[in-house]
Amino acid sequence: MTLTTGGVPPVRAGVAAAVPDGAPVRTADPDDPARKSGWDGAPRRKGFFTDTSICIGCKACEVACKEWNGVPEDGLDLLGTSYDNTGGLGASTWRHVAFIEQPAAPARPAVDLGMPARHRGSAGPGADRTGDTAGASTGPAERTDFRWLMSSDVCKHCTHAACLDVCPTGSLFRTEFGTVVVQDDICNGCGYCVPACPYGVIERRVEEHGPKNVGIAQKCTLCYDRLEVGRTPACAQACPTASIQFGDVEELRERAAARLATLHDQGVAEARLYGDDPDDGVGGAGAFFLLLDEPEVYGFPPDPVVTTRDLPAMWRRAGVAAVTLLAGAAASFLGRRR
Amino acid sequence: MSVHDAGTERLTDATAGTGFRTGRPDGPDTSRGAGGGRRRRRRGGRGEQPVVPDATFTSYYGRPVVKPSPWEADIPAYLFFGGVAGGSSLLAAGADLTGRPSLRRVARIGALGAISVSFAALVHDLGRPRRFVNMLRVAKPSSPMSVGTWILTLYGPFAGVAGAAELTGNALRRGWLPQRLRPVARLLHAAGRPAGMVAAGTGPAVAAYTAVLLADTATPSWHEAYRELPFVFVGSAGAAAGGLGLLAAHGGDTGPATRLAVAGTALEMLAEQRMERSMGLTAEPLHQGTAGRLMRASKVLGVLGAAGAAVSAAVPQLGRWLRRPAGAALLASSVCTRFGVFEAGQASARDPKYTVVPQRERLERSGRATT
Repeated sequence: MTLTTGGVPPVRAGVAAAVPDGAPVRTADPDDPARKSGWDGAPRRKGFFTDTSICIGCKACEVACKEWNGVPEDGLDLLGTSYDNTGGLGASTWRHVAFIEQPAAPARPAVDLGMPARHRGSAGPGADRTGDTAGASTGPAERTDFRWLMSSDVCKHCTHAACLDVCPTGSLFRTEFGTVVVQDDICNGCGYCVPACPYGVIERRVEEHGPKNVGIAQKCTLCYDRLEVGRTPACAQACPTASIQFGDVEELRERAAARLATLHDQGVAEARLYGDDPDDGVGGAGAFFLLLDEPEVYGFPPDPVVTTRDLPAMWRRAGVAAVTLLAGAAASFLGRRR
Repeated sequence: MSVHDAGTERLTDATAGTGFRTGRPDGPDTSRGAGGGRRRRRRGGRGEQPVVPDATFTSYYGRPVVKPSPWEADIPAYLFFGGVAGGSSLLAAGADLTGRPSLRRVARIGALGAISVSFAALVHDLGRPRRFVNMLRVAKPSSPMSVGTWILTLYGPFAGVAGAAELTGNALRRGWLPQRLRPVARLLHAAGRPAGMVAAGTGPAVAAYTAVLLADTATPSWHEAYRELPFVFVGSAGAAAGGLGLLAAHGGDTGPATRLAVAGTALEMLAEQRMERSMGLTAEPLHQGTAGRLMRASKVLGVLGAAGAAVSAAVPQLGRWLRRPAGAALLASSVCTRFGVFEAGQASARDPKYTVVPQRERLERSGRATT
């Protein structure tokens, strides 16, 4: 692995540092993940802002990702889930476009009057919706308008990344760009990162996916190789509507806030940002989203928390338990000799 | 921009747009789950159980949010054998110090065998077993698997020396060893006790850390169990090690094994009950499907085993034929606990309900919910 970026060799603190004159100075942000991992003189944190309100579901990002990263085919199935035949992120799917078909709720009263729900299931309008096209089974007169949500999902490159925390080999590491990357030649396929990820992103590649990196944890690298030479990641490069925006995370957060304000001004009250908050359970994601519905509608966890946040408490509990066992075993030798 | 404009216009109306809503009344999986919960409450009459909320929730076509671990039977087997090894090293050291040679022998050899199987399972589970040594290139307190590897690296050789001393000691005494090997065997014999003490000192860590290994994940039924799971696991380890002693040691030496087995079973059951209360909704998978059957089997076998062990100790005439089945039941109970907890976690990861509903509730409690 080459720990260099175009012309500017960033170095880990403690390693003999020789940042050339005129090298870009890092942001002063003390919470910057690359800085916290010991990078010195590294570039600004890079990430994605995926604005799903302008995603057209073309899947160019999925294709570009596969092509650039040499990600093997992982099944050609018809899933019956709208136009989504990819399913979800995994070892051999590093970008995934979700398609959600929803009946556009007819004009509702501005205030909730507490009336019984119109639909069966009494969980509010839309409770009985399935993946079927709205109104497909009714006559033209009864057909309702519907909306189609599309969203391109990707690894979140968390500020507090559980996969990175739990990796026992150091294969997963924090790059100088603040992203999280697997080193294929180090990973021994222990699989611990897979259940650790609160978003279900990373996965161990299995045999059927082809010969490359079988048995090894795989996920988006935010095109580490392209970043090193100053290029845009393949998915963002391929996106025809600028739904996937690549850049410095700080700037992307401002852009996202501005876009949200615009949509709210236009009356799109349900627009919300997901993953942009540095105070959330993962310390803010490097890849965040503008969504038009609740996160779980898109398959995101509504309130993800990095599991290692509770790790000190877990070690304490385990320590007390271990002492309990020791004491219990010692006590079992007391008493009447038998 | 026509696509965008049209979308925006439509979106203006669609303020309550929802995706794929699963759960009652029409979600087959979740409705079965909810029914199970109700059945459980009725049958057990556990009025103190927190009321599991009506789990209507939204998901993306019912797909899981988090991924289940790629681990197979290797890992629960590893949990079990690690527990047997840790507990046995404690029994071995106690037996050594108090002059119970048959218990010492069984426990030392048992620990050696168990930790060997455990280690083999750990390596076999890897996607690239030959790269196991990469575990040793870092030491990371943030990774329970790294910490566990180092605990095993410390514990393993000492348990190994104690076990080897036991295996060669008999042969040495009877003069079965060739001349050349006798110095080695004498050295092992001399090292047996100190090595056994170190193994006993680190054994509890081997038994306890595996709870953290499971809990430090986003798997709902493992993470939410983190407060009590270490106690369930050390209890299970004590019961299993005691069970092994009962199964194989001479009757006169089994007193400590009996006491450890009974106390371990009691601790495991109490901790398990508390754990389920603190887990809320994510306790549900412990009662369903494969995991549910395993957990029930664990309880039945544990009660029978502990009762059998206690009766054996109180009535020596019965103990002659009762203590071995009791020991076997205790070992089997521990196997069921480990596989049950493992399977419950896997099931909780496969059903988005256990990820979405608790997180949604957390948001609503903290007032951060957007709608």
